[in-house]
Amino acid sequence: MKATPTHAAAAEEFLKDDERSHWHDDTLWHVRTKRDVSAQKIPEWENLRTNASQIKDHVLSNLDQLLLKFEKNAIENGIEVLWAKDADEHNQHVLRILEENQVKNLVKSKSILTEECGLNHFLEDKGYDVVDTDLGERIIQFNKQVPSHIVMPAIHLKKKEIGDIFHEHLGTDAGADDPAYLTEAARQHLRQKFIQAKAAITGVNFGIAETGGFVVCTNEGNADMGTHLADLHIACMGIEKLIPRAADLGVFLRLLARSATGQSITNYTSHFHRPREGKKMYLILVDNGRTNQLGREDFRNSLKCIRCGACMNTCPIYRRSSGFSYGSTVPGPIGSILSPGMDLKKHSTLPFASTLCGSCTNVCPVKINIHEQLYKWRQVITKEGPSQPSKKWAMRFGGNVMSKPKLFDMMGNLARKSLSISPRGFVYNSFNAWGKHRELPEVPKESFKEWYRKNRKQ
Amino acid sequence: MNSSKEAIIAAIKKNKPDLLPLPEHPEFPYEDNLIEQFQASIKLNGGTARTGEGKAAVQAYLKDNYTPDNQVLSMVDGITGNFDIGKVQDPHELEHIEVAILEGDWGVVENAAIWLPEEKIVHRALPFIAQHLIVLLKVDRLLGNMHEVYQKINVAEPGYGVFVAGPSKTADIEQSLVIGAHGPRSMVVFLMA
Repeated sequence: MKATPTHAAAAEEFLKDDERSHWHDDTLWHVRTKRDVSAQKIPEWENLRTNASQIKDHVLSNLDQLLLKFEKNAIENGIEVLWAKDADEHNQHVLRILEENQVKNLVKSKSILTEECGLNHFLEDKGYDVVDTDLGERIIQFNKQVPSHIVMPAIHLKKKEIGDIFHEHLGTDAGADDPAYLTEAARQHLRQKFIQAKAAITGVNFGIAETGGFVVCTNEGNADMGTHLADLHIACMGIEKLIPRAADLGVFLRLLARSATGQSITNYTSHFHRPREGKKMYLILVDNGRTNQLGREDFRNSLKCIRCGACMNTCPIYRRSSGFSYGSTVPGPIGSILSPGMDLKKHSTLPFASTLCGSCTNVCPVKINIHEQLYKWRQVITKEGPSQPSKKWAMRFGGNVMSKPKLFDMMGNLARKSLSISPRGFVYNSFNAWGKHRELPEVPKESFKEWYRKNRKQ
Repeated sequence: MNSSKEAIIAAIKKNKPDLLPLPEHPEFPYEDNLIEQFQASIKLNGGTARTGEGKAAVQAYLKDNYTPDNQVLSMVDGITGNFDIGKVQDPHELEHIEVAILEGDWGVVENAAIWLPEEKIVHRALPFIAQHLIVLLKVDRLLGNMHEVYQKINVAEPGYGVFVAGPSKTADIEQSLVIGAHGPRSMVVFLMA
């Protein structure tokens, strides 16, 4: 297996295309701006965030009881409920269901959980025809990529590139890149897939403990087109997606779409409680590391996430480095606190991919203290493993200097003098990572201490 | 068979924090002009809402916008279509429906979400597979926000229910809004007195 590149190295690749990186930055900032406009229309916005966060606090503190209640009610509704400890067990459940029902072709709507479990590849390797039906996901499926954003999976691609992909896979006119034309081509292509599919897989936005049903949100209507035409529906749900009562949806639905894209709600919010007559509905409840995260006091709050993506859109690092540089299913700030809990070694550079500015925490609709958790992961990682040698050496050196006042004064003096006379190439070179794309601040003539000594008499 | 369930429940028991209280449902008053606000909300979602028109106006709208060879399916008493849902055994038979006319149960003005429980649509696929959607909604079924509508409906009563807030749409290609992703290419709501 290939070693995962550090976030910084992957980001450097992305930043080589200067024009694209600015375009990406602007596009996501535009979405963030729409979120602000939408949220500011709701006077009770902060009350909603607090309420949502408290509901999730309760859920996490009572998850075992709520899950058992949810399962019981779902079974009474005629839904077959399955439990999966990890990704492999989840995939095996899906495979067994498809085998039992003798289904070979299936349609899928967006599910970050199935991405996390690697379900598509698992099924494709076994000869299944898996069709992603969310337009963004279909684009990246054609392009053999994974989503670079959890809400807008193909946000990294330009329409020209999508035009080329569709030309190759759907036979659209060469060079055609009009979004309406390309969407129409996908519509015609996917309609056939919906009509033919025998099984539909969806994610779950919210599971309702008191009623044993679940909610799926889309704008395209693809989850519904799939499930209502197919003979069986498999819904895949992370165990943390539970809410206690149906009326809690009032709070979460007001927050979700506004936080994600600035819409007041997704155009379709579907509530599934029982299968169609004579058809089958399965619900797979997946742990895959979530119960471990629940046991980490400093990090359990991350399980409140409702996957709106607001923290990505606002993050100065995400916007300038793109989702792929994170190398994890969920990128961005929330991914950087979730992924180290799944595989600390693989994702050890992610908590450092942040300025700790706190904007992610401020926009989070369920009030996850994301930037504080990033800081805490840094402490865990630095204690446990070797961080980059250069960084480690610099930190040790810095710590040493700062703990000795005389040495600190001397070094400061030396730096001020030498920096002001050094030629540019001596300061801005490959040893100075900070100076890449950045100017050092102007060197002051004296230290604060010197200034104070001179001025305190007055 | 159920060892995974037991393992997951046991791990939660071991790792969960002390019980924290479940907050009350919040209530927020909504005093705006309901009809105007609904119209503004659905416009943002890509749909339109018309007011002050009776069923005759809906019938006239159908005549103006659809031809006799279009499949028109009406689920509303007093609006005549040409496609009999009673004969439909399998939702795939709805594949060529041009326009479906449905009756909404409740409408939420803050976001134009209209509650369609299964009994109002009969076939779950109908509001999605139709090329165009018309929804009739009585103005006295308009509510301010989502908190209010969840006090009115029992989501578990129908096997399936959906809030529809506009036509099928996507912005997955460079954030350009396109109406008509997989489902209806338009949605018109008639707000009935």
